[in-house]
Order: sequence, then structure tokens, then C-alpha cells
Amino acid sequence: MALNLKLESFEGPLDLLFHLIEKAKVDIYDIPIFNITQQYIEYIDQMKKFDLEITSEFLVMASTLMEIKSKMLLPNKKETQLELDLEEDPRQELILKLIEYKKFKEAALNLKDRQNLYKKTFYKEQEQIDEYIIRDVYEPLDLELYVLKEAFENILKRKKKEENINIDIQILKREEITIEDKLKYIREKLETSVKMEFEELFSDFYTRTELVVTFLAILELIKLKVIRVEQDKAFEKIHLRKVSKEV
Amino acid sequence: MKEEKVKSIIESFLFVWGEPLDIKLISKTLELSPAYVRKVIIDMKNTYEKENRGIQIIEVNNKFQLSTNKENYEYIQKLCTPPQNKGLTQAALEVVSIIAYKQPITRPEIEAIRGVKSDKAISTLLDRNLICENGRLDKPGKPILYITTDEFLRSFGINNLEALPTLESEELGT
Repeated sequence: MALNLKLESFEGPLDLLFHLIEKAKVDIYDIPIFNITQQYIEYIDQMKKFDLEITSEFLVMASTLMEIKSKMLLPNKKETQLELDLEEDPRQELILKLIEYKKFKEAALNLKDRQNLYKKTFYKEQEQIDEYIIRDVYEPLDLELYVLKEAFENILKRKKKEENINIDIQILKREEITIEDKLKYIREKLETSVKMEFEELFSDFYTRTELVVTFLAILELIKLKVIRVEQDKAFEKIHLRKVSKEV
Repeated sequence: MKEEKVKSIIESFLFVWGEPLDIKLISKTLELSPAYVRKVIIDMKNTYEKENRGIQIIEVNNKFQLSTNKENYEYIQKLCTPPQNKGLTQAALEVVSIIAYKQPITRPEIEAIRGVKSDKAISTLLDRNLICENGRLDKPGKPILYITTDEFLRSFGINNLEALPTLESEELGT
């Protein structure tokens, strides 16, 4: 039973490998691949014996280890130790992975300590004050999506008109505008004012793509609950409002 | 306004707010500069600590909140048996630390580091509001990007992401 518990306690093949290396007290940069491979496979056999589900990751690692082992068994063409630089070491990739994993394993340990410490503090829940926090005298309407869609279509229509007036020849080129850029742009705008006009957000932009990307960014922020869409009264201007408890 | 008065108001603010309260909002309300407000709060925070009060001021991303002094935990427990705050599993801790240091990051990137599937840990972290989605990576499949939240900072007692302890093997990093 004790063994069973121990068997279950590994977070994947790297964790197991890491444990074997530590147990063998060897340098991570110089893994004795023959021993470790053997121990690793023994471990998987034990898992089988205890009828534990062996996930594919463990088997992939076992085959990786065997591959490295066989590579190391092959006679090396290079004669001297000096010529065996690290890049040719078949273990190299695995070592890098292990080191990267080790960093985060240590970070997780540190977080665990902090977790144990900080779960000893308590916070008072917020009273029912959020309804007074940012709302104005009247209750703004939370908007249905179609209102937003209509507003955006109007912007596009206007844009089309402008284009017809101003541009005779259009040059098509690839535009490099990402939603991430726009998300950042809107978030920055929200830093200075918690409320802004929907239409205003589009006024700085000239291309259709940019308008569309901006609109997608707004939808994304609504989904992430960073902003809320409001309209004071029907047919009035649509506003975006920063949600007070932004996380 | 005298500084004592400012302190008194801020204390009341923190009490009533019950969530991390942004310095910007305090300074806007009191019509004082954010730098001054910050100085005053840090001052208050130090006083609380020096006097070993039952209430502390904690900082999260330039926001401040009142919390109980963790040294009084065992007595609070005697008083009211607070709900057990279940700790995170090893898997969730590993995933949240990878996200903390590498954010924004996608699930495949996390799984590449851990060498194992991590969807369960990610959904636990999302449920507990320790991480959140932050857009998508502009790559095939548009994988979701994850970042840590203020709640993450608060529950691990970290002021802001810059204050995360350095990764131990960082200097060896490749």
C-alpha cells in the first residue's frame, strides 16, 4: 500500500526521472543513462504490477531513454574527449528539459510554502456596495449583443462611404494588426477613463481590418469581463465601461 | 488636509471596500497625488506591522486591502473554525508557477515544460480564479493564452509580478 501511494506521486515522466536522478545522487549534467534507464523501466513495470494507469507520456519517455542509451552504445567516431563537445551528447536535449523543469519544480515548492503561510490570513468580504460604486443616477441598460452589432455595422457603412469618396485606387497589402495590439490599446485607454464612447474607439482608425480587429477586441474584453457595454437610454450613445472588479 | 485625517479616511476606505483598492481611485476621490497616497499607505502599513496589530495592510499590484494578521490564525480558528482553504495539488502548483514566470503562455507550452498533460490543473486554477485567459496566440489553432490574476498574487502574498522570487537555477538557464 505504501508503495502504491509512492507510485502515484509523480507528476509525469520528468518528475519521475528527476526523482531517480536525485536518488542516485548524480549530476544532472552527467546522467548515468544506463542505470537511470534501467530504473525507469523497472518503475514502469511496478506501475503495471499495481495496475496503475500508465499514461503515454511515461512510455514515450522510456523509449526516449532507450534511444539515448543505444546512441551512447554506438562507438564514437571522434577519438578524444575534447572532441566530444556537449552538442554531440545524445543526452543534451533531455538534460535541458530536466533543468528547465527543475526550475519550475523549485518555484512550485516555494509557492507551496507561501500558500501555507498566506492561507492563514482572512479578508472581509465586500459589503453590498458594488451597485453604488460606478453607476450614475440612473440605471444604465446592459446591452444585447445585437445593439452592438448594429452600431458596428453603422460604423462600417460610414467607412464604406468615406472610402468611395476618397479612394479611387486601392492597393491591397497585408496588414499586421493583431487583436493583442488592440486589447492593449483599449486597456491603456481604460487606464485614464473608466468610461468611453463605443464610436470614439473607432474614430482613430482608417482601414476596415483595423475596425474589425478593434471590434473583436471589444468582444474579447466583454467576454473576459473587463468591460461592460451600456447605453443610458435606448437610441443614445453606447458606452464601454470598465468593470470595477477587474482581475 | 492633515495627514492624520488622510490616514483616517484611507483606513475607512479600506475597511468598507473589502477588495484590493486601487491607489488611483483613492487619489481621485481625495484629490491627492497618487505618489502621496502611496507614501501615506506605506506609512500606515509599516505602523500596523511595527505595532503588531491584528489587522494588516497588504499590497497587490498597487492596490491595497485589509487582512487579518496571520499570526493570529490559531486563535481565529478557535473562535470560528473558518472553512479550510484547500491547498493546491503539486500539479496545479507546478502549472501556476510556470504561468507566473512565463506569462502569457499557452497550454501546449506548459505541457512541453512539464512533459505531461496539464488540462486538469489549468481548469482548477481557472475555477479558483488564480489564472485567467488573456486573448489568443496568433498561431494555428489560436491557442488560449493564460496569465496569473491579482487573486494569485494575493493568495501567495506577492505584491506584484516583479516581486516573484527569482528562479533558483535562472543563472544556469539556457
